[in-house]
Amino acid sequence: MSDEAQAQAAPAAEAEGWAPNLLVFCCNWCSYAGADLAGVSRLQMPTNFRVIRTMCSARVDPEFVLRAFAKGADGVLVLGCHPADCHYIGGNYRTRRRIALLRVLLEQYGFNPDRLKLEWVSASEGLKFQQTIKEFDQTVREMGPNPINEE
Amino acid sequence: MAKIRIAQYWAAGCGGCDVALLDIDEKILGVAEMADIVFWPIAVDAKTKDVEAMPDGYITATLFNGAIRNSENEHMAKLLRQKSQIMVSFGSCACFGGIPGLANVTNKKDILEYVYWHTPTSDNVEHVLPTPHWQAPEGEVEIPVLYDTVMTLDQVVDVDYYIPGCPPTTNLINEFLDAVEKHVKEGAALPPKGSVIASQKTVCDECPRKRTVKKVDKIYMPYEIDIDPEKCMLEQGIICMGPSTRAGCGAKCLLANQPCRGCMGPTAEVLDQGGSMLSALASIFAIGNEESQMTEDDILELMAQVKDPLGTFYAFTMPASIIKRKVKEKKATTASKEA
Repeated sequence: MSDEAQAQAAPAAEAEGWAPNLLVFCCNWCSYAGADLAGVSRLQMPTNFRVIRTMCSARVDPEFVLRAFAKGADGVLVLGCHPADCHYIGGNYRTRRRIALLRVLLEQYGFNPDRLKLEWVSASEGLKFQQTIKEFDQTVREMGPNPINEE
Repeated sequence: MAKIRIAQYWAAGCGGCDVALLDIDEKILGVAEMADIVFWPIAVDAKTKDVEAMPDGYITATLFNGAIRNSENEHMAKLLRQKSQIMVSFGSCACFGGIPGLANVTNKKDILEYVYWHTPTSDNVEHVLPTPHWQAPEGEVEIPVLYDTVMTLDQVVDVDYYIPGCPPTTNLINEFLDAVEKHVKEGAALPPKGSVIASQKTVCDECPRKRTVKKVDKIYMPYEIDIDPEKCMLEQGIICMGPSTRAGCGAKCLLANQPCRGCMGPTAEVLDQGGSMLSALASIFAIGNEESQMTEDDILELMAQVKDPLGTFYAFTMPASIIKRKVKEKKATTASKEA
């Protein structure tokens, strides 16, 4: 390909190659260890996500999620311990109720509620972490950029 | 001794704040003794051109009520800011957008079309909409331009103090006036800039109702049950914004057997009153041991009892919330695709 042709093709490729900005909250006891396992097992997955470790998924205040979207994140993933497995007995139940309500709120604000997802990933589920990231990346890619960034 | 000069202005609000200032009983005599009211459209005769003629900083304090949602509101906010030493965001609309702020779930086009064309009582066959400029035989007529987004006062001009409430209660107005009076007469220092003239705690702190289990089984609308006047609203299943709302109002609504709707706005510790309430309410559902067996659909059904989270949790604070206004996804969401 000539230099000129390459220069012409570049903007189109850039548009197609748009990668969503994903924010992933991982609880310290299960999901962060799961992410670690995925890493040391060298499982391949998209790299356009950033992990924030919290002590429990219930530490993820709805405000964190709203701020992430206000600052332009295209998707927010909250990962916690499986039901009945929470290090703090019932933190993940609170998370589950909050996220369910928060998704309704985001929809009222005009967002596609699927930009926010809750999933359970245990310390032994490196593979599930990989799958979850892959699937979520795909979901958000299909949605396109966060509408806040467009305005 | 020279009197101080006070102005009060009414932007996008209902006028209740103006009445609240009159409602401070005999204290109003003290105000008249201490201050000249140089501009107050509903009470005194000064006009905008009189304000324009004042030197900068001429007005000691302006109490500005109402949100900013058209060009006239914005112009007056900027004018009064320029002419005043102290700018006070007075009432929930100026502080957080208030009830008019809920217009941020829609936009200018939809509002105008609904109001002028589609309400059941509209009969607007020519589909006329208000236009900012109109050439009438008598001359050109101008009206303000409506904005797409409702803003708070501090999103438009620099604000010195906030007095929240819908409307601010007499005790808070008095607290502020006392501070100004002490400043004028005795030279006492004013509160630090940016202070909210209210409590640092939540409404629950001022509420006399008894809290025992701190759990909620099922959500009710206030008309669905006989509300026990002694017991915590939330424990009875009535959504009460008390836990995420700033105190200072004396829990007046609770004393009248009504739940708090959050007009005092968030406490200093949170940015988003709605997010804070959402978190609190979701946490106190009493489910017991069977929750580990519940499916995601069960949880959705449980939380669907909260019919309108945005309208309930952000009834007074949408323009001051983190997201501020409704956004528009380019692609239709999955649910609307199917429909």
